[in-house]
Amino acid sequence: MTTTDLPVPAMRGTEGVPTLAEGESQTGKDFTSDQEVRWCPGCGDYAVLKAVQSFLPDLGLRRENIVFVSGIGCSSRFPYYLDTYGMHSIHGRAPTIATGIATAREDLSVWVVTGDGDALSIGGNHLVHALRRNVNMTILLFNNRIYGLTKGQYSPTSEVGKITKSTPMGSVDQPFNPVSLALGAEATFVARTIDSDRKHLTGVLAAAAAHRGTSLVEIYQNCPIFNDHAFDGLKDRDSAERAVIPLVHGERITFGGGTLGLARDAASGGVRVVEVGDVDEADLLVHDAHAEDPSTAFAISRLTDAGYLNRSPIGVFRQVERPTYDDQTRAQVSAARDAAPGEPAERLAGLIGGGDTWTVV
Amino acid sequence: MSKQVKQLDRVIIRFAGDSGDGMQLTGDRFTQESAAFGNDLVTLPNFPAEIRAPQGTLPGVSSFQVHFADHDILTAGDAPDVLVAMNPAALRANLPDLPRGATIIVDTHDFGGRNLTKAGYDSDPLADLESPGSPLADFAVHPVDLTGMTVGAVKQFGLSRKDAARAKNMFALGLLSWMYGRPTDSTEAFLAKRFAKVPAIRDANLAAFSAGWSFGETTETFAVRYEVKPAPMAPGTYRNITGNLALSYGLVAAGVQSGLPVFLGSYPITPASDILHELSKHKAFGVTTFQAEDEISGVGSAIGASFAGHLGVTTTSGPGVALKSEAIGLAVMTELPLVVIDVQRGGPSTGLPTKTEQADLLQAMFGRNGEAPVPVVAPRSPGDCFDAALEATRIAVTYRTPVILLSDGYLANGSEPWRIPDVEDLPRIDPGFATEPNHVVSPDDPDTRDFWPYLRDEDTLARPWAVPGTPGLEHRIGGLEKGEGHGNISYDPANHDRMVRTRQAKVDRIAASLPPLEVDDPSGAASVLVIGWGSTYGPIGAGVRRVRRAGHRVAQVHLRHLNPFPDDLGEILRGYDKVLVPEMNLGQLSLLLRARYLVDAVGYNHVRGLPLKAAELAEAIGALVAEAEGVEVDLSAPAGDPADHPED
Repeated sequence: MTTTDLPVPAMRGTEGVPTLAEGESQTGKDFTSDQEVRWCPGCGDYAVLKAVQSFLPDLGLRRENIVFVSGIGCSSRFPYYLDTYGMHSIHGRAPTIATGIATAREDLSVWVVTGDGDALSIGGNHLVHALRRNVNMTILLFNNRIYGLTKGQYSPTSEVGKITKSTPMGSVDQPFNPVSLALGAEATFVARTIDSDRKHLTGVLAAAAAHRGTSLVEIYQNCPIFNDHAFDGLKDRDSAERAVIPLVHGERITFGGGTLGLARDAASGGVRVVEVGDVDEADLLVHDAHAEDPSTAFAISRLTDAGYLNRSPIGVFRQVERPTYDDQTRAQVSAARDAAPGEPAERLAGLIGGGDTWTVV
Repeated sequence: MSKQVKQLDRVIIRFAGDSGDGMQLTGDRFTQESAAFGNDLVTLPNFPAEIRAPQGTLPGVSSFQVHFADHDILTAGDAPDVLVAMNPAALRANLPDLPRGATIIVDTHDFGGRNLTKAGYDSDPLADLESPGSPLADFAVHPVDLTGMTVGAVKQFGLSRKDAARAKNMFALGLLSWMYGRPTDSTEAFLAKRFAKVPAIRDANLAAFSAGWSFGETTETFAVRYEVKPAPMAPGTYRNITGNLALSYGLVAAGVQSGLPVFLGSYPITPASDILHELSKHKAFGVTTFQAEDEISGVGSAIGASFAGHLGVTTTSGPGVALKSEAIGLAVMTELPLVVIDVQRGGPSTGLPTKTEQADLLQAMFGRNGEAPVPVVAPRSPGDCFDAALEATRIAVTYRTPVILLSDGYLANGSEPWRIPDVEDLPRIDPGFATEPNHVVSPDDPDTRDFWPYLRDEDTLARPWAVPGTPGLEHRIGGLEKGEGHGNISYDPANHDRMVRTRQAKVDRIAASLPPLEVDDPSGAASVLVIGWGSTYGPIGAGVRRVRRAGHRVAQVHLRHLNPFPDDLGEILRGYDKVLVPEMNLGQLSLLLRARYLVDAVGYNHVRGLPLKAAELAEAIGALVAEAEGVEVDLSAPAGDPADHPED
């Protein structure tokens, strides 16, 4: 039997995870654990935690069926502050643990909380493999472009030339663009949002949670201690309008108060920023997050500044349906089970007693 | 032609050829035939790490040794009585292992030109066999053109010459089957099934097999047939089984006996991959196999599955354990059940991927940061891998702990007759999931309870296993130190000291659940004890028999549990003047025994990538007996009736 003999599992969204009964309700408080939150004052993690705590009740899923898994780093303390099931694991390995949980159990909503060092440096391998497999989990990648918990070394998303404790003459490491990386790793859901934009953050989280498969959400998150002001270019009222490129599926991509847009660049095959008035309206790019081919999404992701962030697209870059690893794995197991009736003990006797046997009396 | 039939009590045959010659299959078939005939047997496959080393060269030689007997035997034999060599390289590579007088059946087909050079022969060793200067003068050599006769026998099927020649291993098998009176029906059925889709190949293999048999019957080259009678065995139904297969079945059984779905997270590695292959066939038992992107993901996913209420298992070899160490530490800290299978191979680093060794004991014991005690169990024979897997699961589930099971390359690929257990007799394993809150929040309000993930069972010190989906038991665990009972993060010095000691105490408690050790000391008066663990059981037992056969006393104990040691081990060790510890490492169990019991353990250590040799080991035991008892030990002089003391 091969997978081609089995129907592709047709579950969508959070199907399979038990929901609240009629009349039951949950609030943000239900999701708040009794543990004191211990991030630095002004840390962007607070905003994300608050957004998640207040957004989770909206999912309508039973609290006991939600699992948060994290790795190591400041953001990885996240699970302790949520009154769900959780595991604060080891550096970079959260996606592996989440893969085990998600594959074992259809009835769990699985979340991974990770950072730029955790997900992209020590855990880079696991991240790309989770994405290509499309295991049903939502990954929140807190990107502050610095190592916080180890006190201020550059990270795989820090800009070239960054002066840190470990790079007194400036970093010579080319950074990753997490969105480009995820798109290259066959991800089915890739989004970016900002810690300080509660409404956008919540909207992206909702879309990510509703996606069946691996959802990667990069959250720009400010570290006030070791990399303060890293995202000011996107946050300051004066500059934000021309810096943030909002992506909304089905809508024309414009920013700069409607003066700027995106158009295909025939020469490079990529996408370039244009003055809206300089091109035919028909040539202005309309965002299609559901396009099968990730090329355009990738091209848009390349508009992110690699150095100091003066420009970055924000929103859901890509959201396509593809059968998940865990659904298909469970389908194989249950098909095999259905094809083998009888008590397990009886079948076990058949298994170990199979092959060439002989009897001594 | 009627031929003489000679009775033998045991025979050791080694099939050797090029990696592509099908020697493993040939050996395996001969083994199945011998098993079906009722002999006791032990096998030793030996093959290079390269899938196809350059043809005809010494590094490309692959061999399969089978020892079969009319009595209970323990090893695959030190030295072959019969070598079947399919090319010059196979002859040259295996010659040093043969005792004088051994029989050599050699395919003459490739003895010429470049093939001789590739094997390092300047001249044809088969020329001038009668001359005293011949390198083969000490052996009974039967040069036979196996390839040529095979090609002739399968002519009618219209195969290419190359395909026709490929059936030569079946010709050799047919010949050997005739020589030792093996039943042929299982091989015929096997070939019919294996090549069912390619009738010409099927028919050619069957024809070659039958031609080999007929050749033996009609040729004058072989004047004698041999008979090795069936061995008396305990009543029951038997099958021949390799360690990796028995281990896989043990894990399936562990799932059935615990009611837990098995989740295997694994990354392919020699010699453990067969367990992944085998378990992937048993989805009908609810077994999920996840081929991970690396060793770390293999163990990480298994830990996740365990957290989710499955039986998390990861399989690997020594290099993989090194990569998994941090995650095993996480399982120690989070106190989750986890079964880690290490099929040991030669090390360090990549080492000898296809050869056996037992040098990961200290890695299993101590290869983690911090005080991270992990129970360790080891099977003693291929069939015993089944029971060891169940025992590892029992400990993991009962005590909520990772357990390392140390198999090795010899157990993994070697085989023996295995009495198939009755499923009714297998131990039951109770996961005992937590279902409700276990802690009274305040004495003033005894009805309000919450859940404390680190409140322990008084007997086992195990913590509750509360799986996601259980309402009211939501909790967080992780790698940071846990506060006693409530399990929240704690950096309190006294708490850390207490938790470190508690985790150790929990592992120590396992000893209370172990049966007394079996001490094999028939006279009850031996002054030398031989103690071992893992796959050295066979060679140690055979060595001990040889010493007893020479009229001397010696005791034997073999350990299933390496951590914790059984409670009665200290007293047993103190009961002997000398303790010998044979191991395929440089003295790892010795080190542990000396440290733990202050016993002057003497090591017997070889790391040749092969099982210990019983004869050499017997000499070492004999020397220690001589020293301990002040007697002369001459192992060449059997005392009493040899029938009472089978040799191996």
